[in-house]
Amino acid sequence: MEQFIQQVASGLASGAIYACVALALVMIFVSTDHLNFAQGEMAMFSAYLTWQFIQWGLNFWIALPVCMALSFAIGVVIERAILRPLHHQPVLSNVVVFIGLLAIFHSMAGAIWSHTIKAFESPFPKVQFAGSGYIGPHQIGMILVTVVMLLALGAFFRFTPLGLAMRAAAQNPVSARLAGVNVGWMLALGWGMAAAVGAVAGALVAPMVYLEPNMMASILLYGFAGALVGGISNPAGAVFGGFLVGVLENLVGFFGNALEKSTGFYIIGNGEKLTVALIIVITILTLKPSGLFGRVTVKRV
Amino acid sequence: MTALLDVRDLEAYYGPTRALKKVSFTLQEGGITALLGANGAGKTTTLRALCGMVRRNGQILYAGNPIDTLATEDIVRLRVAHVPEGRGTFTALSVEENLKIAAYTRRDRAGVAEDLERVFAYFPILKQRIAQQAGTLSGGEQQMLAISRALMLRPRLMLLDEPSFGLAPLIVQEIFRIMRVINTEQKVSMLLVEQNAALALDLASEAYVLETGSVVMSGAAKDIKSDERIRKSYLGY
Repeated sequence: MEQFIQQVASGLASGAIYACVALALVMIFVSTDHLNFAQGEMAMFSAYLTWQFIQWGLNFWIALPVCMALSFAIGVVIERAILRPLHHQPVLSNVVVFIGLLAIFHSMAGAIWSHTIKAFESPFPKVQFAGSGYIGPHQIGMILVTVVMLLALGAFFRFTPLGLAMRAAAQNPVSARLAGVNVGWMLALGWGMAAAVGAVAGALVAPMVYLEPNMMASILLYGFAGALVGGISNPAGAVFGGFLVGVLENLVGFFGNALEKSTGFYIIGNGEKLTVALIIVITILTLKPSGLFGRVTVKRV
Repeated sequence: MTALLDVRDLEAYYGPTRALKKVSFTLQEGGITALLGANGAGKTTTLRALCGMVRRNGQILYAGNPIDTLATEDIVRLRVAHVPEGRGTFTALSVEENLKIAAYTRRDRAGVAEDLERVFAYFPILKQRIAQQAGTLSGGEQQMLAISRALMLRPRLMLLDEPSFGLAPLIVQEIFRIMRVINTEQKVSMLLVEQNAALALDLASEAYVLETGSVVMSGAAKDIKSDERIRKSYLGY
């Protein structure tokens, strides 16, 4: 039982990161109908930036907001300079651009900071506390930071005029323009915010997986899975999906071990984590193509 | 009396195809002008061209200033409210959010609150539906919401694209009654596109008849209405 709780807790922690990535993907998807394959590499690049600022002597908690602002700017510039000219082009043109961005960020990180693995100190104090047998301080910190950020974003979209304008622009660009909303800038803002959310994910995951240009590869996949399971059109659903995938992935290993102990045969275990997680994703999507919480808009005609 | 809207030689394009051929017309401040014609005559395109939603050429003077090079969202800031074809509802937002976003460009909170009350006085049903997802409203309610969104801009000019489309006759009557009230009480000028010519000619003071992208007839609404030849050949009733 103790081990079970432990596995769920650490699943929630990695789920927090998947949730961040899923949310970043969804933010761009709802406004442009495109999946940004470069989201993971952008987050990785942001993590390197954060690391660089820390090397220059900044405290993590100063470096992170600075880096979020920087990532925001990078996201806005990418949208304005590279994607805006492609607005009316076929989907495949956009896909090629995303793959290009992925390669560019990947090799830029390698070129600037080299491909050798770097340690990234956890920003959270290493303390003992009740229950620290189940979950480490970094994991708890990750979950807390993610939840706070998600709540802040939720409040932004729900309660501010700018948030409402962004939702309106995503949903009905023509009507939004007729209400005086500058839709082009709303897309750029969405890109910026996605990049900033990704920066948080990168900086939080780096202490767990070490800093290197490939660090986000599998995380992007899990984040993507989380977004699809929760419903790619629903930010809250994507966040839930991210946590769900994180927990499921860990439980596969846990039940695999238990199975091996009781039967004596190795059937499934940590090696098949990703496989099983993806099988679950495919199953859910087969049964419910819009995801668990995907929006099925009620329409009367 | 000066024209609020003075359009000269307006052309509009969908890709390389020219959909409007040198359309000219005027709209007096406080007046209601109807654009009539069959399907594909260019009525909707004219409204879209005025708002910069399609590529256009020609001169558009609004209150004496050229607006033919402005972007849609900047024209909206000049208090031109376009009630688009198909009503343009934000279906996943609530009725309240639909009305709020319509006042996005305004900074006068007190005025916005006042206009919200006025809108609810015109269309009490919307107040009952305030928290409902707008996509679940009936067609008539969505048309009321579309007109209300336009009013939240405190418009000087309203462009109305087929407000009667797909609605039951009683609801159409109600909507046209309120449009007249808006015109007389709030001095909002209106450019009205309608398939239902009889209805439009009752409301409008002036009318233009379009055919395949050109103006073929214009004059006072009552003259056009009483001219049987025009009615039969262009308006089909």
